[in-house]
Amino acid sequence: MLLTDSTRFAVQAIISHRMRSFLTLLGIAVGIAAVILLTSIGEGVHRFVLEEFSQFGTNVIGISPGKVKTGGQAPTGIPTTARLLTMEDAESLKQLPHVTGSTPTVWGNSEVEGNGRLRRTMIYGVDADFAQVFSSKVQIGSYLPRGKAGGSRAFVVLGSKLCNELFGTANPLGARVRIGGLHFRVIGVMEPKGQFLGVDLDDTAFIPAERALELYNREGLMEIHVIYAEGASSATVAAAIKNQLKLRHGKEDFTVVTQEDMLKTLSNILNILTMAVGALGGISLLVGAVGIVTIMTISVTERTNEIGLLVALGARRRTILGLFLGESVILAALGGILGLLLGIGIAQLLRLIVPTFPVHTPWSFAIGALAMSAMIGLLAGVLPARNASHLDPIEALRAE
Amino acid sequence: MPEAAESLIVLNGIDRTFTLGDSKVHALRNVNLNIAPGEYIAVMGPSGSGKSTLLNLIGLLDRADAGTYQLEGRDVTTLDPDEQAKVRSERIGFIFQSFHLVPRLTAAANIELPLTLSGMPAAERAKRVSQALKEYGLTDRAQHRSNELSGGQRQRVAIARATILRPAVLLADEPTGNLDRVTGEEVVRLLEALNTQGMTLIVVTHDQALGARARRQIRMDDGSIVSDVTSKPSQPT
Repeated sequence: MLLTDSTRFAVQAIISHRMRSFLTLLGIAVGIAAVILLTSIGEGVHRFVLEEFSQFGTNVIGISPGKVKTGGQAPTGIPTTARLLTMEDAESLKQLPHVTGSTPTVWGNSEVEGNGRLRRTMIYGVDADFAQVFSSKVQIGSYLPRGKAGGSRAFVVLGSKLCNELFGTANPLGARVRIGGLHFRVIGVMEPKGQFLGVDLDDTAFIPAERALELYNREGLMEIHVIYAEGASSATVAAAIKNQLKLRHGKEDFTVVTQEDMLKTLSNILNILTMAVGALGGISLLVGAVGIVTIMTISVTERTNEIGLLVALGARRRTILGLFLGESVILAALGGILGLLLGIGIAQLLRLIVPTFPVHTPWSFAIGALAMSAMIGLLAGVLPARNASHLDPIEALRAE
Repeated sequence: MPEAAESLIVLNGIDRTFTLGDSKVHALRNVNLNIAPGEYIAVMGPSGSGKSTLLNLIGLLDRADAGTYQLEGRDVTTLDPDEQAKVRSERIGFIFQSFHLVPRLTAAANIELPLTLSGMPAAERAKRVSQALKEYGLTDRAQHRSNELSGGQRQRVAIARATILRPAVLLADEPTGNLDRVTGEEVVRLLEALNTQGMTLIVVTHDQALGARARRQIRMDDGSIVSDVTSKPSQPT
């Protein structure tokens, strides 16, 4: 029997029981729609979180002092031998190939006093490369100037919110503010950057790292952030950084974390989340599959006569198996298409109603869902179709 | 067996036993039968005499427990199921008491079914089906489903379907059983016309009048052939 004919025969059988077939494929449709919708939300959340993290650029590498490792117990009374990360370390990294910027980072929480007002806020000790590393822009004035090591001046750049709180609409440029016990002159205000995981990035002040070390009475940096050229391999750059710092420190007493590694780990976690919600949708898909098994079993019983006739007319067992399998696959695939439209439709509707709600349906999910529904049809059809193809034709013809 | 070459069907020592619960039922006991091409045979006998089993066996829907069956000189007892399906498709036509039309298909699609199953291309099928519709006077009923056809029309569709691949033997199980006298007569004449064209016709029936029209009458009882009479060539009525 030709494939087109088998398909038509199966479709005719499906159409001859419109209502029943529709309800059966609705079962699959609901299942597929649930899977599509839930995985779309999972994928949307995935993208949302990754975007949150990569808003600073993905080509950033962080270096922090100390290395986590297991060893014997440290002798008491002797302080840790890990060398601190210094301003010179940060400076030396700027010379590495592919590296386009590197900023020392020290942060703390201090009171900022200016224009007669006082506000406690986050203080970042950085250098001129910071704006580039974290892709922030200056709104008015200028950013911290490049200075020779040891000669940085007491300038401060305010976050937009902090500026607003202290100065309101007044021009802050040139004003003097006091941070902790030190005095600074305002030379710029940053553009608003919004929130990151609930932390307000605009309620900040940026001062030269050396001043921050002084302010917080620290000897070493808390972190060095390095940005490298787009397209350069993060592994190569990370290796170069390690080499450079090992040369300077004599051993690896620091930790290098690339943004890429971090995002990859995060992405893996979120993928598992997506799969988990997808599996929940899969339960309703399973119910739909049971519906197909049921309806195909009924169909075989009802059409016993017809099966006997087909055998008498010279149909091979394989042909009969194929006809019933085809019917169940078509039924499931139609359900899959309906479910796909339903799922995508609801996802888009959600996006319209709640624009901030992250929903995303990748094409691979859509195609996967269709393939899955056809697969379900095949599996659900096997048992009834096998029964059909093993009927005794004499009994089948006699059945009423 | 010298006559085997000329015979259409040769049954030799056929036995068929069914197990019903604990008891064994002998449906056929040592049946020997030789049928020449173009014969018109009526198989008669009471219920349970094995006549339907004989028909199913000749139609390759059933297998013998013992004995051999040769169709057109070829031993078909040992064929595998797919080969048997091919023989059924090409050499055997079935006509049933209850017509067995596929209810959701039109008359034309029902007639087309054996061609479709054999994998014939659509263009060739359409030609043959329209030819058959014309021959059986069903052209204006082609697009009707079986519930829109009268009993006589249904059986004509069934006959058109059974003969569209020009089988060597036509097996009819009570072909008039569900029809009134007039339409039954019409159907029988149709079958006899096919027989006149050279198709071997085997009719299983309770109906004495129908049986009497066949040139060769086989009576069965309790799984055995009790009489096998060939009358003089009969005149068309």
